[in-house]
Amino acid sequence: MSAGQPTLAAYLILGAILFSIGVVGIFLNRKNVIILLMAIELLLLAVNINLVAFSHYLGNLDGQVFVFFILTVAAAEAAIGLAILVVYFRNRHSINVDDIDELRG
Amino acid sequence: MLPVTTILFYIFSAILLGSATLVVTARNPVYATLYLVLAFFNAAALFILLGAEFLGLILILVYVGAVMVLFLFVVMMLDINLARLKEGFLGYLPLGLAIAILGVLELAVVFWTSPLGHIPAPAAIPANADNTRALGVLLYTKYLYPFEIAAVILLVAIVAAIALTLRRRMGTKTQNIGAQMAVRAKDRVHLVDLREPKS
Repeated sequence: MSAGQPTLAAYLILGAILFSIGVVGIFLNRKNVIILLMAIELLLLAVNINLVAFSHYLGNLDGQVFVFFILTVAAAEAAIGLAILVVYFRNRHSINVDDIDELRG
Repeated sequence: MLPVTTILFYIFSAILLGSATLVVTARNPVYATLYLVLAFFNAAALFILLGAEFLGLILILVYVGAVMVLFLFVVMMLDINLARLKEGFLGYLPLGLAIAILGVLELAVVFWTSPLGHIPAPAAIPANADNTRALGVLLYTKYLYPFEIAAVILLVAIVAAIALTLRRRMGTKTQNIGAQMAVRAKDRVHLVDLREPKS
């Protein structure tokens, strides 16, 4: 293939930077559960980019099947997480993580 | 002269990283959600550049079309006190940034030095390649059982989300269909003998 195509390392570093942005997001927004869920979506997206890049460069479709399953599980996780958030907000009128300490012994 | 796909890769990557940064730093959760939509669009474009057009389209349909709309719905439905949530916003920035930069540097060193990072790009994808068909064949043969389990996970998610958020309001009048169906004539009509007893 012609020179100048992005190497696998380029895609992997893109995934690494995206993952780090997600981690920073968890540090920054540790009080806001909605943004925490969005940061988790970013982490999963970074993993998906890595898997698709490996799938393309190694010529193996199994990586794309894994992305398919990750998307399924992430959609289920987002739906249940937001449902829990709505129920919590209905009871406490707050989504601050610091308020979620009812179970503390 | 760089190939056009390489230029597209850098454009999409730059927009993806920029919008991801804005997701985690936006003041308003509505803006954060919209930036996340932009990030997903660019990730879908990158998937299509990598020849995974089915996953790219699924990312737009499922993520932008369903999950992000759900996020927007929840963000707009909840009346959040933003000022309180932003307290100490920058307090953890130095630590988070240090960990992130360290992680990126370590991974970059590993990727550049390992032979894995320098796998030559495969030959250009033929115009008649059918990514969707290939993925479907793989899903329905080798990954049949995981595929079924994924369906069950979605069912569990549906049941859990509805069961969590279903709220029965007190004082509303609704039909109790089970009780209606189970009723018998003798429960409803009570025949009373009104004739004067013979003395």
